[in-house]
Amino acid sequence: MAEVPEKAKCVVIGAGIVGNCLVGHLTRLGWTDLVLLDKGPLPNPGGSTGHASNFIFPVDHNKEMCLLGKQSAEQYRDLGLSVDSGGIEVARTQERVDEFKRRMTSAVAWGVEARLLTAEQVRELVPFINTDIVLEGFYCPTVSVVDSLETGTQMRNAAVSGGCHVAANTEVLDIITEDGPNPGDRTVRAVVTDKGTIETACVVIACGVWSNRVANMADARIPLVPAVHQMVDVGPLDILAETNNEIGYPIVRDMDTFCYERQSAGSMEVGSYAHRPIFHHPDEIPSNEEAALSPTEMPFTPDDFDLQMEQAIDLMDMLGDAEIKYAINGLLSLTPDAMPCLGELPEVRNLWSAAAIWVKEGPGMAQVVAEWMTFGYPRVIDVHGADVARFYPEERGDDHIWARSAEHFNKTYGIVHPQEQWESRRNLRVGPYFSRQQDLGAEFFQARTWERPQWFESNADLVDRYEVEGREVEWDARWWSPITVAEHLNLRENCGLVDLSAFQVFELTGPGAVAYAEYLAVNKVDVAVGRSVYTPWLTPDGGFHSDLTMMRMGPERVRIVTGVFDGGRDEFWARRHMPTDGSVRFASITDRITTLGIWGPNAPHVMGALTSQDLSQAGSPYGSLVEVELDCGGRTIEATLLRISYVGDTGWEVYADWDDGPVLWDALMAAGADYGLRPTGGAVYGTSGRLEKGYRLMGAELESEYNPLEAGLARPKVKAAPFIGKEPYLAARATGDPEVSMCVLTVEDQTDGAGRKRYMQGGNEPILTQDGQRITDSHGRVSRVTTAGPGPSVGKHLLMGYLPAELARPGTDLQVMYMNELFPVKVAGTGAVFDPDDTRLKS
Amino acid sequence: MRILCCVKRVAAPGAKINVTADGLAVDASQLGFATSPHEECGVEEAVQLVERHGGEVTVLTLGPPESAEQLRYAASVGAHRGVLAATDGSAWDPQRTAAALTEAIRGLEAREGPFDLLIFGNESADSGGFQVGVRVAYALGRPIVNGIKGIEVDAEADGGVVRARREIDGGFEVYELPMPAAVGVKEGINLPRYPTMRGRLASKKLEIAELGAHAEPGGQSLVRLRRPQETVTETEILGRGPEAAAAVVDVLEELGVL
Repeated sequence: MAEVPEKAKCVVIGAGIVGNCLVGHLTRLGWTDLVLLDKGPLPNPGGSTGHASNFIFPVDHNKEMCLLGKQSAEQYRDLGLSVDSGGIEVARTQERVDEFKRRMTSAVAWGVEARLLTAEQVRELVPFINTDIVLEGFYCPTVSVVDSLETGTQMRNAAVSGGCHVAANTEVLDIITEDGPNPGDRTVRAVVTDKGTIETACVVIACGVWSNRVANMADARIPLVPAVHQMVDVGPLDILAETNNEIGYPIVRDMDTFCYERQSAGSMEVGSYAHRPIFHHPDEIPSNEEAALSPTEMPFTPDDFDLQMEQAIDLMDMLGDAEIKYAINGLLSLTPDAMPCLGELPEVRNLWSAAAIWVKEGPGMAQVVAEWMTFGYPRVIDVHGADVARFYPEERGDDHIWARSAEHFNKTYGIVHPQEQWESRRNLRVGPYFSRQQDLGAEFFQARTWERPQWFESNADLVDRYEVEGREVEWDARWWSPITVAEHLNLRENCGLVDLSAFQVFELTGPGAVAYAEYLAVNKVDVAVGRSVYTPWLTPDGGFHSDLTMMRMGPERVRIVTGVFDGGRDEFWARRHMPTDGSVRFASITDRITTLGIWGPNAPHVMGALTSQDLSQAGSPYGSLVEVELDCGGRTIEATLLRISYVGDTGWEVYADWDDGPVLWDALMAAGADYGLRPTGGAVYGTSGRLEKGYRLMGAELESEYNPLEAGLARPKVKAAPFIGKEPYLAARATGDPEVSMCVLTVEDQTDGAGRKRYMQGGNEPILTQDGQRITDSHGRVSRVTTAGPGPSVGKHLLMGYLPAELARPGTDLQVMYMNELFPVKVAGTGAVFDPDDTRLKS
Repeated sequence: MRILCCVKRVAAPGAKINVTADGLAVDASQLGFATSPHEECGVEEAVQLVERHGGEVTVLTLGPPESAEQLRYAASVGAHRGVLAATDGSAWDPQRTAAALTEAIRGLEAREGPFDLLIFGNESADSGGFQVGVRVAYALGRPIVNGIKGIEVDAEADGGVVRARREIDGGFEVYELPMPAAVGVKEGINLPRYPTMRGRLASKKLEIAELGAHAEPGGQSLVRLRRPQETVTETEILGRGPEAAAAVVDVLEELGVL
């Protein structure tokens, strides 16, 4: 029996496309002493890579998926293991035709060649297609077919040349961890296999559908589920065989039936994402010996595919008389939010995930993880959406994974609105005001696990008061209400009460707390007790990891308040970098603290009704914390007021004990009745209010690809204390003005070619020059819309996006593409378009 | 001509088949199911005969309700009718199976006339009893030959004749059987076609006649299933392209071929 090495610097588990590319990239980056394991034989150990259809459609609305798909396609091309077959998505419905306009827009954003085809033009490329049912085609000439097995082999061989030890037919039985110095801190120590134990300080799980099972060995979780993707191979078909080619015709994606038809030499592969979701627990997947084909080519269940066969025959009649030579329930990985699982697992130090990755993005995502392991952060692009640390505990359980994966499986080719809400697994986390908000007709949007009111139907009367117009095009009006605009205007005129209970609140305590807080933050946190600091946290390369508020609560106590979309990542980051000498303790107090925001010109009156404390700018200056006792209908509760604003009007974030929340809500609503106080939803807080002020949002404007100078968040001086990312930050400052700047733009005319007023959604719409050219910088970063939304108080639809310095000047005329049409936009500047002098904040 | 094929639903071959903890059944949790391979060839042969001579193919299976899947599969490759003699899914011994099939065939023939040819698989892929076809033919008074790898039908001969070919060492034997007759066929008699998409869809409309399966247990009973010891073979990749040539030569020399 072949033995495995007794020690290794890093053990990569899984020799599919991801594991192979990972050891290849790690070797390229200078890693030695690697071990690659797989329980199956090589070159096809039996995972999902072995049965993949191996094609890459390069357009995706999602930035990470699109750019890493493109990056992967380039890596396949560089190895000479890729053919540009071209690919056509066909529309059977008008809704899909409209979606193609959006896809054209994304193609421009990401620099992918694409064009729309008439049905007849589709037939010219695919002569066997039934154009009677095709309305239009979306054609990408660079759709490619790749050889993922050979790519993996070559990447693995490159690693072997660099000393990587490969052990096939070697099953991992356990991952040994040991406790670290901080509570809950564990680190990898060894991998136990059926061929021996390997001592190692670093393990990567790249096991595809088995990844969660392997992670469980270390009491960690990779939230994915093995899911069936049905595929049949039918043939022989003369017209395909005559091409004498593996792929001679463009791949067809029959988008409205969620199917694809892909030539494979003389046969046609027909695959589907339309059948019922079929999931398997990893323990149900047969071994190589028990599998008739391979473990991930499970027995075909024909009843689930009959409708797809009918639809395939409708599209290509010749398929009906071709024999079904091969049919599988192929397994692939799905996650609760349809994004991959990359990065270090929060539960175990130096245990990494490179999972839920398909062949189409395998090499690129392997590069991401390799760079992450090498440099402390990925360099190729920002991957906050794929960071495995993003999941909250409620998102890591099988019930959540299965429910959410079941919900989005049939949306693989679906038309998914940028604001689309989940139907399953709602109300996982709700604020203390939830029932009151339900009574007020709140429309809840879910932020990861937390329900947040987006608007309140109880404010419908404001629509008439402010004469808010509706939106003509259904797509623009989907997941939107004119009430959101009315709530905005009411907040500006009177005041609004915003539920911020989803804030993630952490505390650092202990003698090293302040020094450690300094180490995390760009801006000085060692301020007077009672002061708050809005600050970025940087990656080691000087890009944004986080953007949040830190509060000096005491001599040895710093509170961290961050957004719900970033809570998991920020908690992990804070725990991961903690000193190991016991000088700092970390605690999440999210469940104990509730937060309400009250803003607007009348906010001081409302707050003043509950306390006699001086709440003037002198008594409660901007950025300061004030401890108050609030008289809530005869009951006194203690609260902390932070004068700060994300909407541009004066007011406070009110922090109180969770259990006091309902009383506080009732008291504020009662006190505000005479001041026009209305419950106000997230559409104002997160979009229109902040957009008018040009406030940046982590994950939208702020990503690891950009630094604080580019984002316009650099302060005049840099603090003396060391912090993560300081050196590259200093270097960036030393180079002078940034190459790009974050700008606010106004849409000058929203009228489309059909005479309808359109509303950009903030879905990465490309910002173009007046002659229609894409705008990119020397790093290849494209100018695109990072946030879009109404600016009710300035009477314009507003956009944010990075622009090169020469275009970032106020008054510059540019264009934005939306739904494949161009609209004129004008640069307003790098700051606020509403109250640029912050007079309202200071009032 | 009217042909009846008897088929059996078996665990899909090609993989390690596990046995339940009590040793009394196949652990089907990881398995797909298929028509026993000899019988899949039997269906193909029947369809080809009818394509040449006209007529109708009826497929009969005895097994659990899920065996309808095998009837539909047969329909998807050209069979015309499907009959299910449903059991509770427990393993039936060959005598009992044969008795139930005999009764079923008698019933079908009583209602619709005799079959010209009964086609069985030489043996089933799971239990491999080699008995059912012979027992049924004997009970029905039909001539039968097993191990058949070629069938020709001469409908012009007196009453019709089936010429059945069987491979033997160094040649083959040809039997002439007066119809109605029975044969047990082996894999290799033909290359079964795959269903077409249209065939699959048409098979969904197959009306399956369901019969009860009634027969007393025979003299053979299942004591315990045991997995045989497997011989493990290892494949070594000697190399790729021209670089592999030297290694190939080494192996050939080692084998004494060169």
